Amino acid sequence: MEFVTDLDTSGPPDSILPTTPKIITEGLNVFYGDNQALISVNLNINENEVTALIGPSGCGKSTYLRCLNRMNDDIEICRVDGRILLDGEDIYGRQLDPVQLRARVGMVFQKPNPFPKSIFDNVAYGPKIHGLVRHKADLEEIVMNSLERAGLANEVRDRLHEPGTSLSGGQQQRLCIARAIAVQPEVILMDEPCSALDPIATAKIEELIDELRQNYTIIIVTHSMQQAARVSQRTAFFHLGEIVEIGETAQIFTNPRDERTQGYITGRFG
Amino acid sequence: MNNDQPAISIADTVAKGLRRRRAAEIRLRIYGIAAISFVLMALVVLLGSIVSKGISAFQQTHIAVLVNFDREKIDPAGSGKIEDLRRGDYDGIARNSMRAAFPGVSGRRNRRALGKMISSGAGDQLREMVMANPNLIGTRQRVWLLASDEIDMLNKGYARRKPDGSATKVSRRQVAWYDALVVKGAVERHLNWRFLTGGDSREPEQAGVWAAVVGSALTMIITLMLAFPLGVAAAIYLQEFAPKNRWTDIIEVNINNLAAVPSIVFGLLGLTVILGFFGLPRSTPLVGGIVLALMTLPTVIIASRAALMSVPPSIREAARGLGASSSQVVFHHVLPLAMPGIMTGTIIGMARALGETAPLLMIGMVAFIVDVPSKFEDAATVLPVQIYLWADSPERGFVEKTAAATMILLVFLLAMNAAAILLRKKFERKW
Repeated sequence: MEFVTDLDTSGPPDSILPTTPKIITEGLNVFYGDNQALISVNLNINENEVTALIGPSGCGKSTYLRCLNRMNDDIEICRVDGRILLDGEDIYGRQLDPVQLRARVGMVFQKPNPFPKSIFDNVAYGPKIHGLVRHKADLEEIVMNSLERAGLANEVRDRLHEPGTSLSGGQQQRLCIARAIAVQPEVILMDEPCSALDPIATAKIEELIDELRQNYTIIIVTHSMQQAARVSQRTAFFHLGEIVEIGETAQIFTNPRDERTQGYITGRFG
Repeated sequence: MNNDQPAISIADTVAKGLRRRRAAEIRLRIYGIAAISFVLMALVVLLGSIVSKGISAFQQTHIAVLVNFDREKIDPAGSGKIEDLRRGDYDGIARNSMRAAFPGVSGRRNRRALGKMISSGAGDQLREMVMANPNLIGTRQRVWLLASDEIDMLNKGYARRKPDGSATKVSRRQVAWYDALVVKGAVERHLNWRFLTGGDSREPEQAGVWAAVVGSALTMIITLMLAFPLGVAAAIYLQEFAPKNRWTDIIEVNINNLAAVPSIVFGLLGLTVILGFFGLPRSTPLVGGIVLALMTLPTVIIASRAALMSVPPSIREAARGLGASSSQVVFHHVLPLAMPGIMTGTIIGMARALGETAPLLMIGMVAFIVDVPSKFEDAATVLPVQIYLWADSPERGFVEKTAAATMILLVFLLAMNAAAILLRKKFERKW
């Protein structure tokens, strides 16, 4: 079986999936001061799929992820050029406010970072600031729904008003996921969401990611090759700020086209 | 790894140094304990000396005499009107009561000396009694009259008795009369209510600290109302919103410099700008508060910035990632988490302002204040200035008053800190 990589401009992934991509990245360059972190990255992300970004440390995969909800805007020396289209709309366009973008593109961070508030308030915060609810009952419904979908509802049902920081690490991370999906985003970015968790908590999160795929487009940065293989449908391999290879996960891990990909996934460098 | 040396030599080398390292550890601990003991001792000595000197000021010596509320003296016209009653010769009544207690005393000088044993405020004391209850007129009552400060000092043991029968500032005859009164049980120390509720006076036995307490409170209110919001707003802008460029660097350096400016310079600023240019009334808590707020502002800004900076970036990221705007990030998450630190900084600044004298001298808060101020634009003084004024007074009676006022200043400070800590606790519980 032959797969076409996205590096070939002649062969967009349309040949694999009939739908247009959720996110289209064209010629993205990112600079931190004089250092170029990303070099003309072209990458398409499909809807309702999990896309894994892998690569050695400092290869630019987190930088790319943070471009997708403009978290890099807060870094003063960071400069971005190129285009990222979300449903055809340029997210770096003038008419799009980052606040609006982040309501559509949620994020889960490497270290669980619940607010030092109650579990309920953690999940309720997003819907509240975006004015998604009018009544208290609606808010409660959203919160319980989100906790349910994050697989946390049964564990915290009786302690919604205890601080979110009182949960275990894995629960905290699922709380953060619940918090992200409470805003009902279209895309969820995950920056090494399991790197601070034990294997059991990791397994739960991975299971959750697989379920969430039904409704969300998920992009996950991971250092664990096994994790990428387990949870993602497509995998992009970053190296030194460039995308070396992108393709279906099975293909990347069994039959990489690039020598460097081969080297990385077999553990020869990284 | 090279295996030239046997592994045991490393363990031996470590073991050799071990005793020395342990000794260093113990030495360090001893130094620490010594330092803390020294500080504690200094604190105990300081508090001990203040309390032992000042505690006696909370009681004042009184002399019991039979007072004849003579209608002739109080209301010679017999009108019975309150205004006329107020003008009565109460000093005369007080003097006569003393003479009645010692009928054998004759001669103008002796009578004068006898009258000097009671305070010049004793007349006021009688006036207040009559004002409160006009039925006293025409009756005889046993009344505890305020003793003069010389007798008070003698009673408290501060006046030294001399071999010739006299004592410091008290003549031989007065000592004899005093001793006679003591034998009769007519000398007692009562709670010095006047000290706790009154204003300043030239007479130590009548001096009160309340006017200064209220002056300090009014001044602190102004200082807090200005320094806290301005300082926190400046810190939030500088820390969270301002671009990092040359201008913000210059501002930052200048704020840090401002914190090191001697406080009297702020007094000069207040004198020339606030009194001179804006023409606000001098000697008032309003102006004092503004000057102290200017002085406190850099402290609040620096502490607030440090508190804001210490909020973990992960919280900001979490909020931003959810789509919170910059101001929502600050006001919903960063500021509440920084609040305890900000309040600690504010309290440090306020405590410094509370103890400040120099800048207030420049704006005329060193005035002699008899009336308790009730408004921000009333002439007032503050506790440290009152302490300074009393410490400067020659009368022996002001020594204990000075120490007592210092105690009250410390209590004021503790109350302020306690309020802040309670507030902080409440704030922390919310989160």
